[in-house]
Amino acid sequence: MAEFLEFRGVSKRFGTVQAVDNVSLDIKKGEFFSLLGPSGCGKTTMLRLAAGFEDPDAGRVFLDGRDITGLPPNKRKVNTIFQSYALFPHLTVRDNIAFGLTIAKRPKAEIRDEVDRMLELIRMADQAAKKPDQLSGGQRQRVAVARALVNKPDVLLLDEPLAALDLKLRQKMLIELDLIHDEVGITFLYVTHDQAEAMSLSDRIAVMDGGRIEQVGAPAEIYESPRTSFVAAFIGDTNFLEGRVEACPDREYCRLTIAGLPGILCFNDKSLQPGQPIYLSIRPEKIHISRERPEEKPQRNYLPAVIEDVIYLGSNTKYWVRAGGYRIQVFRQHARYFLDEQPLRWKDEAWIWWHADDGFMLDHFRKSDEGLLAVPPQSVGEPLNGGRENEK
Amino acid sequence: MRNSVTGAKRARRTEWLVSLPTLAWLGLFIVVPTVLVFVIAFRPANPYGGIGGGWTLDTVRSLWTPSYLAIAWRTLWISLLTTAICLVLAVPTGYSIARASAKWRNRLLMLVIIPFWTSFLVRVFAWKSLLHPEGLIKKALEALGLVGTTSTLLYNPTAVVLVMVYTFLPFTILPIYAAAEKFDFRLVEAARDLGARPFQAFRRVFLPGIRRGLLTAFLVVFIPALGSYIIPDLVGGPDGEMLGNKIAQRVFTDRNLPHASALSAVLVLAVLAPLIAVLALQRKNKKSDIIMGEAP
Repeated sequence: MAEFLEFRGVSKRFGTVQAVDNVSLDIKKGEFFSLLGPSGCGKTTMLRLAAGFEDPDAGRVFLDGRDITGLPPNKRKVNTIFQSYALFPHLTVRDNIAFGLTIAKRPKAEIRDEVDRMLELIRMADQAAKKPDQLSGGQRQRVAVARALVNKPDVLLLDEPLAALDLKLRQKMLIELDLIHDEVGITFLYVTHDQAEAMSLSDRIAVMDGGRIEQVGAPAEIYESPRTSFVAAFIGDTNFLEGRVEACPDREYCRLTIAGLPGILCFNDKSLQPGQPIYLSIRPEKIHISRERPEEKPQRNYLPAVIEDVIYLGSNTKYWVRAGGYRIQVFRQHARYFLDEQPLRWKDEAWIWWHADDGFMLDHFRKSDEGLLAVPPQSVGEPLNGGRENEK
Repeated sequence: MRNSVTGAKRARRTEWLVSLPTLAWLGLFIVVPTVLVFVIAFRPANPYGGIGGGWTLDTVRSLWTPSYLAIAWRTLWISLLTTAICLVLAVPTGYSIARASAKWRNRLLMLVIIPFWTSFLVRVFAWKSLLHPEGLIKKALEALGLVGTTSTLLYNPTAVVLVMVYTFLPFTILPIYAAAEKFDFRLVEAARDLGARPFQAFRRVFLPGIRRGLLTAFLVVFIPALGSYIIPDLVGGPDGEMLGNKIAQRVFTDRNLPHASALSAVLVLAVLAPLIAVLALQRKNKKSDIIMGEAP
């Protein structure tokens, strides 16, 4: 499939803030595409550029091969679902959904049928006469979806549509959005700061930071092989260890020198050369932890560790351990495997290990990304990231 | 349950006690004088400018004459026209002030309020000298060839409407600005997104969104306009006379208090009718708001 919605070298500045900085991006027809990033990363500006609420300072926007840069919002075949839903408070659910068709002066009978079909799709046929303030958050959200979809846009733009809902409803609406996308087959451009939303819905994700795109790829690609420290730290949790490549005995694996740790083996996916400084990133759920020393296997890294914190999270438990002077977080699904096993507690000695394939090396690390790393202070009053001084 | 009932009763009593001073003030200075006006309208006049004994319907009947009807009609259309022009001017003004940056918003609001720093009477006299045959506006229009040298800008209904619009415009801008300032302009974006042209979004989403402000602005202009006295007196001339002027004539020139009262009573009723209609409308809205609040 060819690119459908295309940003070509787009920039937008608000006063002193460069909201979007020379971004090029292709979104395919029918795709569920997410723009993911922290607040202020430029993702909403990208969406507003696509909707026509903002004009780029530089660059062009194309829709289905046609240059739509500079077209007003009412001339674009895109519709937006706003974070606040922006339902018209003085109109009923039915009139809200019919708004676009009424403006387009479509015949009355046709409008009625189309709106009925939408009401059916969002399962709110019995609520058609209500005003928006008589609806619950989830219902409002569904009306906003119907109001946009009834116009059969080429692209549906969604601006954090689930942010105002509570967790359970969000999970429900997530599935519903996915089903609607499958049913209508329209291209979705979804803006969110919530990585779980983006991961579960999207065909592809663009991770944004500081007005630039850090990485574009399928959810698994972004999670498993992040290209930058920002992506690694923003998507999921991770541990970063600074070191350098010592030797690469074969083409697949490298041995790393990391101060305070024995030689760590890591899969070499970037064909790095010995001597190169790197950052090793290991996701906490990829690290195993146990009281007993595990049996030796090739391509496994072992470290003796002391438990410093145990955080029970229900579905899993998070351990903060100290190994070789580093604070490392480890997820474990169950507190114990065997009935007679003593659960790990504060100050217990334990072993952590991970497979060489489960770590990944980044050749650069931005200091500003350290703020994304949740390393809690070890004792009261200690500055955040206090345990990481020896890394810098 | 019992406790909550007595609690509600006590709350109600407190409410009454708290509003008592206000009610007393309103009763003493508004309800009583208004009732007096209505009563005096049915009393005969005595030759010394006072109120005679007994009751009569003659005064009220005498109002049903072509000259009074003409003045009543003129009062109504001048007031309606003034209100309409004020609203038409105030909506875009209030809209632009609400959309201006915070810094400019305060400056613009200041500009709206500044005329109040000068006495109302002085401002009307200023208009009088501007419109005067030797005044600035008249001379400027003459120089441009827009009016003839013999035509007059002063002492006609147009002058009354002009000065009334000037006087009441700030009172219209302020409530409309207040409503526009609270309006969620993302709704306009949503309308544009759904295919509405700028004016369609304005008419279909913005105007309904500020309808309360429009209503307030309407009442704030229309009611005082009906009772205007100073403006038609100073710039209206005989062709621009309104009910307010007639009332003043009956009191000061004819010294006929019952006649003045009867005219005032008519004016009070004319003002009360739209007010009660609006209040009833708002109460209906409020009721439906409460029902909405109870909905899940």
